[in-house]
Amino acid sequence: MMKLTIGSEAIFFLCLIVAYLYFWKSGNFQKEVAEHLSIKTTGVFTAILLFSSFSFWRAEKNHARENSKATKLWLIITILLGAIFLSGQGHEYYKLIQENVLISKTEFGSSFYTLTGFHGLHVLIGLIILLVVLTLTMQGYLLNKNSSVLKTVGLYWHFVDVVWIFVFTTIYILPYIL
Amino acid sequence: MKAILLDNIEHDLPVVHTDKKILYWLSTVDHKAIGKLYMLAALLFFIIGGIEALLMRTQLAVANNHFLPPDAYNQIFTMHGVTMIFFVMMPALLGLTVYLVPLMIGANEMAFPRLNAFSFWMTFFGGLLLYFSFAAGGAPNAGWFNYAPLNQNNYSNSPGINYYAMGLLLGGIGSVTTAINIIVTILKLRVKGMTLKRLPLFVWMALVNGFLIIAAMPSLNAALSMLLLDRLMEAHFFNTDAGGSALLWQHLFWMFGHPEVYILILPAFGIYSEVFQVFSQKKIFGYVFVAASTVAIGLLSFGVWVHHMFAAGLGNTVDSFFAASSMLIGVPTGVKIFNWIGTMYGGKIRLTTSMMFAVAFLIEFTIGGLSGIGFSIVPIDWQLTDSYFVVAHLHYVFVGGSLFSVFAALFYWFPKITGRQLNERSGKWFFWLFVIGFNLTFFLQHFLGLMGMPRRVYTYQDIPYYTLLNLLSSAGAYLMAAAAIVLMYNIYKTMKGEVMENKDPWNAFTLEWYADSPPGEKNFVDIPVVSSRRPFYDLKNPHNRDYD
Repeated sequence: MMKLTIGSEAIFFLCLIVAYLYFWKSGNFQKEVAEHLSIKTTGVFTAILLFSSFSFWRAEKNHARENSKATKLWLIITILLGAIFLSGQGHEYYKLIQENVLISKTEFGSSFYTLTGFHGLHVLIGLIILLVVLTLTMQGYLLNKNSSVLKTVGLYWHFVDVVWIFVFTTIYILPYIL
Repeated sequence: MKAILLDNIEHDLPVVHTDKKILYWLSTVDHKAIGKLYMLAALLFFIIGGIEALLMRTQLAVANNHFLPPDAYNQIFTMHGVTMIFFVMMPALLGLTVYLVPLMIGANEMAFPRLNAFSFWMTFFGGLLLYFSFAAGGAPNAGWFNYAPLNQNNYSNSPGINYYAMGLLLGGIGSVTTAINIIVTILKLRVKGMTLKRLPLFVWMALVNGFLIIAAMPSLNAALSMLLLDRLMEAHFFNTDAGGSALLWQHLFWMFGHPEVYILILPAFGIYSEVFQVFSQKKIFGYVFVAASTVAIGLLSFGVWVHHMFAAGLGNTVDSFFAASSMLIGVPTGVKIFNWIGTMYGGKIRLTTSMMFAVAFLIEFTIGGLSGIGFSIVPIDWQLTDSYFVVAHLHYVFVGGSLFSVFAALFYWFPKITGRQLNERSGKWFFWLFVIGFNLTFFLQHFLGLMGMPRRVYTYQDIPYYTLLNLLSSAGAYLMAAAAIVLMYNIYKTMKGEVMENKDPWNAFTLEWYADSPPGEKNFVDIPVVSSRRPFYDLKNPHNRDYD
């Protein structure tokens, strides 16, 4: 079921990325990206999000070994990393708004906020799910290694990371190589 | 009846502990109850959408008419289209799927019963939200495909289009979750022996349809999200005055919109496949071809969307590619027509109301298909686009294809769902009134289109033949309305009548008829081992079993 959901979501993000590229082709995104976005800062947050995929993978491994203590620890690390990524995004938005890059100002603003905003929303949803999972594991549920909950949630979390790789490539890296 | 019976798999059924009727319907997660809710919701919106159609045809009955002012007319044709596609055909077909799929594959529930209820209520409230726009200052008025820049604030400043976007988003989420539910149910909950090669064709269509919904809806949802951002937060996606792109909306909409057409016809193909078999008392001619051509349609349907946009001027290369792909997709559909004719050939045909709708479908859908192939030829499309020829074409496929299937399904499965059989005599009155009315209304519109009458204009000049053809067309619409009243009366009378004793009035082949009519809260207590494509037939004819 989660795989089907992810398939559907992937097409949703594909549409948003295509829309971004469509306007990128016609607008002067190159200049705006260079002026307003910092590939280094966001690159660091990207690494943090990617590391959260790794930490979740560790949680899954420990779950399979029924090592509940380590599972919870890696879950907490994952949540923290996800939250750091989101706060990084919030900070980036704040900076951009200060620089007068708004959703209603240019096509760049519209496409940028929509694409990254929908991704951020998915990270937020993932964090909520992870918090629920963490709370339940704290109370002793889901720890049996036959429980498929962690695996399913993991699919979603890794998917959100993969989407970010595409989004990051589209927005931050493409201007440097094209 | 000698057969090996399996004890049915134990499946936890969520129990609703209530004797209160309304609370039961609000809280139920039973796939049969939700299927019925879907169909009742479809009926409600069908009546509303039908009244809107009658208002339009009344306005168009004579030249220079002022029965409806232009802005009201714009709202009504938009609401008619949106309602009929998203809140009549989708819930009717998904409702039938949700009701029948578990029964046909020998399961007691859908894979995710609660998600099933969630999907229904999302769809239903999406419809209500759409209609709330009338109270909020005006319904959407830019047509069902809601082209940019007409969908922008500067052209449509009533909040109607916001409700359009939000209503369809809710409905879209509901459809995606139902589709996921249907696929998982079909893949995971089949009874022992029912391999994918033995699925009833209706279930095959539901499976392919599920994948279509999952892949098509996101593009609409993305477009609607951008539209809402445009209208509420002044983003620039489709605002052509500020660097936005009208073409982007067209691409995103039709990348959803063309598969959507197949989303509405594939379940219909499934229904016809069952109806033709049972009322010809023969198994389907070319099972593998029906299933495989469906998969082909599913794949091709994502490569034809630009044929809705030939008039946008995308260049010869693009136009030629999509013209060719659009002609190509006619092939697997044509294959099926021959499958059904082959099924009838040499069979013991019983012309019940259900079968009559199926036979009528073969003719009407072929007409709609041929005009569709005509449209794939780019110069013809340029000549006829946005004329009444398009209106005629799309109604031949939507009504002659999808809606007829719902009627065929209604008469075929009514005994299953309610335990009562609809009156066949009244059913035939309904059939003839509806089919004659339908052809009168829409066949003439081909000519109006060829003469150059544009669609979506609230009135017309008194040009030779315009008034005559339009008047006849409107008369046909009233015939269809009369037919609908006959149908409602038939349903009402039948529901008052006796429950039948025979749970299998049509001598059917598939597992849903092995369950009681209507099925108990738990569909199956025991169930035959499936060893062919027609398990219930095998059970009734142990000496003449199928082997496939």
